[in-house]
Amino acid sequence: MKKFINGPENLEAEIIKGLALSKPGILRQLPGSNVLVRQNLKKDKVALVFGCGSGHEPAPGGYVGYGMLDAAVPGKIFSSPTPDMILKGIKEVHTKAGVLCIIVNYTGDVLNFRMAMEMAQMEGIAVESVVVADDVATQKSKSVGQRGLAGVLLVAKIAGAEAEMGTDLYGVKEVAKWAASGVRTLGVACRPCVIPNDGEPCFELGEMEMEIGMGLHGEPGVMRCSMMNARDTARQMLELILLDCNYENSEVVVLINGLGGTPIMELYVVNEFVHQYLAEQGIVIYDTMIGNFITSMEMGGFSISLMRLDPHLKALYDAAAVTPIIRR
Amino acid sequence: MTGKAYMIAALEEVSRVIMENEAVLNRLDNAIGDGDHGTNMARASRMMLKLLPELAETRDDMGDILHQVGMSCISEIGGSAGPLFGTFYLRAGMVNHGKIAMEPADWVASFEAGAVGVSQLGMSTEGEKTMLDALFPANRAMQEALEAGKSLQEILAAGVEAARDGVEYTKTIQASKGRAAYIGERSIGHQDPGATTIMLMIQAMHKVAVDMNAG
Repeated sequence: MKKFINGPENLEAEIIKGLALSKPGILRQLPGSNVLVRQNLKKDKVALVFGCGSGHEPAPGGYVGYGMLDAAVPGKIFSSPTPDMILKGIKEVHTKAGVLCIIVNYTGDVLNFRMAMEMAQMEGIAVESVVVADDVATQKSKSVGQRGLAGVLLVAKIAGAEAEMGTDLYGVKEVAKWAASGVRTLGVACRPCVIPNDGEPCFELGEMEMEIGMGLHGEPGVMRCSMMNARDTARQMLELILLDCNYENSEVVVLINGLGGTPIMELYVVNEFVHQYLAEQGIVIYDTMIGNFITSMEMGGFSISLMRLDPHLKALYDAAAVTPIIRR
Repeated sequence: MTGKAYMIAALEEVSRVIMENEAVLNRLDNAIGDGDHGTNMARASRMMLKLLPELAETRDDMGDILHQVGMSCISEIGGSAGPLFGTFYLRAGMVNHGKIAMEPADWVASFEAGAVGVSQLGMSTEGEKTMLDALFPANRAMQEALEAGKSLQEILAAGVEAARDGVEYTKTIQASKGRAAYIGERSIGHQDPGATTIMLMIQAMHKVAVDMNAG
């Protein structure tokens, strides 16, 4: 294992300290925890809380700040945050307007958040949640729903902007649900990441193989095949996305998210084809985000997300945000 | 009647058995999930072995002991097993508040309350290839044994047998809850790690009941 870390024992805490130190004007670390909260919390707006496992940096902490999250709760590497930590985040940022939790659809995340929300409700805090399930590699018909992927960041941007306007809890929740209903994502992986605790790769893939639809932790996807070039890979992925959700004549935001081990160079190459293909399909691209927004350590691969816009969502997407990663 | 001595000894044995089976549980999870069930449960068990002697010294209320165990599951296990096993103990604790000793009926009621809590939180029921496929049949068997006037040792023995059958049953069905649900039909043929943990827990509790001649 070749990683610039100081060992697995305090890894999660060291990540959070490093992030907090980099932007002290925007966020701070809650003492005795890895919870990150926004500086200058607003008293009257709905507070947004998001959490996911560590190993997905810059998520979740990189999205704390004006116009997005009020608290980010990381778990251990690739493991959901626990209810006590989520509750800590909720209690620190909650307001009279209530709290909206944004959850990526994995069983562990859903259960830990549900438990934390019950505890918060017992303490008299109004709390609601939105579960983002955007991964088209998993079927909707399954009782567990589609997995959550990078689309959660687009939903968090929208919900954060709506909350900043002073909308009430149910209003923010409805807008977040509406945005989430128009988000689809598909990922592809070509190299595993190595789990720091045991030094083992999180999955095995042949030297010249790739897997379309793989989850953020190396969960099985829809198709394992020989390595394809950027154009053919992106075409396969877009075809599956458009099969799952009809974006014809829509205006969309495109998010091309690197998983950590694929250079931005390749993401630009992918984007060139994405733009060409979507234009052929009559889909208008309003804006494109390209970068490593929610990663799987050094996993090779990327995901493509589309979010449908309407005039209201467009305004929220463009609204001001000041976080370590997204600034408008 | 069983008191604090049995409760603490049983939970310590549960922790030890789970630690011994860490690799086995990881291997089962690796086939259909993300391969960390054993690691997560063993981490919680190591912490439990530190916590239990402390609880033995400072607490007498059985409900309180179960509650503390539940809270530490929630903060230590992580993943989906944390809230599920945590809820199991929290709910078991709720039906024993204020008791300094438990009748066999209290033990059966504890399992029942725990299973219902897990089922509600996980929005799941039997037949979905989860821990409930061991827990619910075990509960039914223990309830029957209780109604037949059996001792705690006999009740737990019935629970072990039913849980073992439940674990076998999980091999034959497709997962519709948890991470294993994503692989659909490919989950058939594999034994559910959560159900296996439940079986190990009841086995450990039975062993201690026999060793201490409890109940």
